[in-house]
Amino acid sequence: MFGRRGLKWAVYAGVFGFLVWSAWGLRVSPTRFVEGLGYGRVLLGQMLPPSADSAGIARIVDKLGESIAMAMVATVTGIVLSVPVAFMAAENISPRPLYYANRGLISLSRALHGLIVAIIAVKAVGIGPLAGIVAITFKTIGFFSKLLAEDIEDIDMGGVKAARAAGASPIQTLLYGVVPQIVPRFVGLTVYRWDINIRQSTVIGIVGAGGIGTLLLRAFERYDYAYVAAILSAIIAVVLVAEGVSALVRRRYQ
Amino acid sequence: MTLDVVDLRKTYPTGDEALKGVDLTVVGSETVAMVGPSGAGKSTFIRCINRLTEPSGGEIRLDGTDLVGLDDDGLRAARRDIGMIFQEYNLVERLTVMENVLTGRLGYVSTWRAFRRDFPPEDIDRAYELLDRVGLEDMENKRVDELSGGQRQRVGIARAVIQEPTILLVDEPTSSLDPETSREVMSLLTEVAAERDIPVLINIHEVELALDHADRVVGLHDGELVFEGTPAEFDERARDTVYRGMDAPPSDAVDGSERSVADGSTVGEPTRTPAGGS
Amino acid sequence: MSVDTPQWRRFNRRERLGRFLATLLALVVFVGSWEYLDMGVTNLADTPRHITDLIVRMYPPDVAYTGQIIDPLIETVHIAAIGTVMAMMLSLPVAVLAAKNTTPNAATYWLGKLLVTVSRSVNIIVWALIFVVMFGPGALAGIIAVGVRSMGFLGKLLAEEIEEIDFGQVEAVRAAGAPPAAVFLYGVVPQIKPAVAGLAVYRWDINVRGASILGFVGAGGIGVQLFTAVDSFAWRTVAMILIAILAVVLVSEWLSAYTRRLVR
Repeated sequence: MFGRRGLKWAVYAGVFGFLVWSAWGLRVSPTRFVEGLGYGRVLLGQMLPPSADSAGIARIVDKLGESIAMAMVATVTGIVLSVPVAFMAAENISPRPLYYANRGLISLSRALHGLIVAIIAVKAVGIGPLAGIVAITFKTIGFFSKLLAEDIEDIDMGGVKAARAAGASPIQTLLYGVVPQIVPRFVGLTVYRWDINIRQSTVIGIVGAGGIGTLLLRAFERYDYAYVAAILSAIIAVVLVAEGVSALVRRRYQ
Repeated sequence: MTLDVVDLRKTYPTGDEALKGVDLTVVGSETVAMVGPSGAGKSTFIRCINRLTEPSGGEIRLDGTDLVGLDDDGLRAARRDIGMIFQEYNLVERLTVMENVLTGRLGYVSTWRAFRRDFPPEDIDRAYELLDRVGLEDMENKRVDELSGGQRQRVGIARAVIQEPTILLVDEPTSSLDPETSREVMSLLTEVAAERDIPVLINIHEVELALDHADRVVGLHDGELVFEGTPAEFDERARDTVYRGMDAPPSDAVDGSERSVADGSTVGEPTRTPAGGS
Repeated sequence: MSVDTPQWRRFNRRERLGRFLATLLALVVFVGSWEYLDMGVTNLADTPRHITDLIVRMYPPDVAYTGQIIDPLIETVHIAAIGTVMAMMLSLPVAVLAAKNTTPNAATYWLGKLLVTVSRSVNIIVWALIFVVMFGPGALAGIIAVGVRSMGFLGKLLAEEIEEIDFGQVEAVRAAGAPPAAVFLYGVVPQIKPAVAGLAVYRWDINVRGASILGFVGAGGIGVQLFTAVDSFAWRTVAMILIAILAVVLVSEWLSAYTRRLVR
């Protein structure tokens, strides 16, 4: 496990100290906690049973469709854009400046939370699903390009050399020497990311980027908790289906 | 066909002088074997010719065109005429035999057609003919990772020959193969080249195989050409020069002097030295 | 010659049909989704311009703002830490319920699975919304949101770890006559301990990222500042806050990788 016992205990002590500092720093009052729990029971009572009239259900279905559509489009655009980014971010085939620039882009995309990206996208292109697509596309690029670039860096360069030696153009060399080696993981990664994107698409509406999140926020603001519960149930259902599809496809193709 | 290599030099960034000014000419459809100890620069030499490794200096004239000065597009066009066979086969494992062979024709089809695997029928014909010739008939749709080493190298041979090259560069084709397969591959290689009048420049480790199949033998030692002659002339003394350096005393050969006498050369005959001396 | 010319195709008839259909399906879904969203092409054409416009406005970042970021950032890290601890405590019993070899009966198994699923399927921001309603705005809601969200993640992975253990060791302890709690402590826990440490740090790293947005709905942390800045179009301040968040995330990522390597 750890290198030396001393180091191990030092780490434990450090972590413990950090946690104590955190707890003290937050100054959480037990009374508020207990009060909150009490109110939680009330809330639960208001949320259950989840209810929505036919108009409410229609809105849920419509907005859910919007979320799913956003996820579909953004997954495609994200993956299409990740391919060139991944090639430029692969150490073994990309020139230095391009490599660093794209690796930076990837790190930025991965470090920022999806909602942060969404809120900025909303300010950039306006409220609505376009912002959602932009945000999810950006996050998809960070995720996908990194994994793809690692795959590319892992390949056996032999086929590449042979194609070059036979006089193939750079793109042909990529097509015949690199692409066949990275295709296996491609399908699995695509559907995995699609699944994550569906999840994201259901909540970015909270900051105005379209989808069912908008409905959810409005319901909270109206204190209409039964409707909130209905919306949440719909979201959970969609997320579960997406997860199921993703697991199924990955099992069939891996 | 004439390949004229003049004063080829290669110094690696580490300071290692792999080639110190080597001259070589290959004409017609002869087979030239390059022998020498590990690190002599044989592989570097071969790879400099089609600029897989960039030479530090010198000229490489293939039918009059200096390959060293070519830009990217020119180099690509030139490489179409140079077939290469690699030690590690360098096949794309997940692609089929047919696709690997057709890689040799990529220089002649557009990118879009290449993507769709839509090669002209003549290329398909050539591919089938070559696959038959190298003994891989009916295996065109097998994935390369299902093949043995010997079979893979045959695919490599087909890929290089389908280019209809003006010269074949071969870089240690048999190092990864067992002795018997090595012999088969070498024979196949030289036969196919002879049938099509293609000259071969082959870098090979196993001296006996070299002597069996080559029209000419050149010996490299420490980045310099130290021997050039027919296989018959490659006697014990030559062997020493190549493998132990010009100034090395002749070894107490096991079958030394008697062998060289039987070959027709006399003991006292000097071996050819490169123009620049040692 | 041409009469004998064999035709060669990379994929046989069936494979080609399959690939064609798949491409067609993808295209239909893509175009269909686009139509459904009814956004038109004009909006799209402006997008690159809008984005670059925004990025230009973020430069140079407002370095003077740094002083005001420190406390909220620290609060964010604290929220992530305590939230993760809470999640660990909650996830252990949940994992026991959701593991086939330690769960008492089918009902408890499904309960465990349900808890894990609900926790994982609801995004942290939604949990934050709920807990802000319950506990009022502030860090408390944030901590509990982090805790409840991570409970599912950790619970699922821990359950998988538990299912992988050598049950023989557990039976040995049980055969010695130990009470259930002791069986758990001596038979199960030692086998999953290495995984627990690694998972906890991994999840803490993810939570640091998640905690940065809790402020959007009033659950504490730097999200509050970020949200205000974005809302008032103070882009240079936004840039500064983002850089600060990036720095914290990088540190936590490094710490996480380092600790996990130690534990291996």
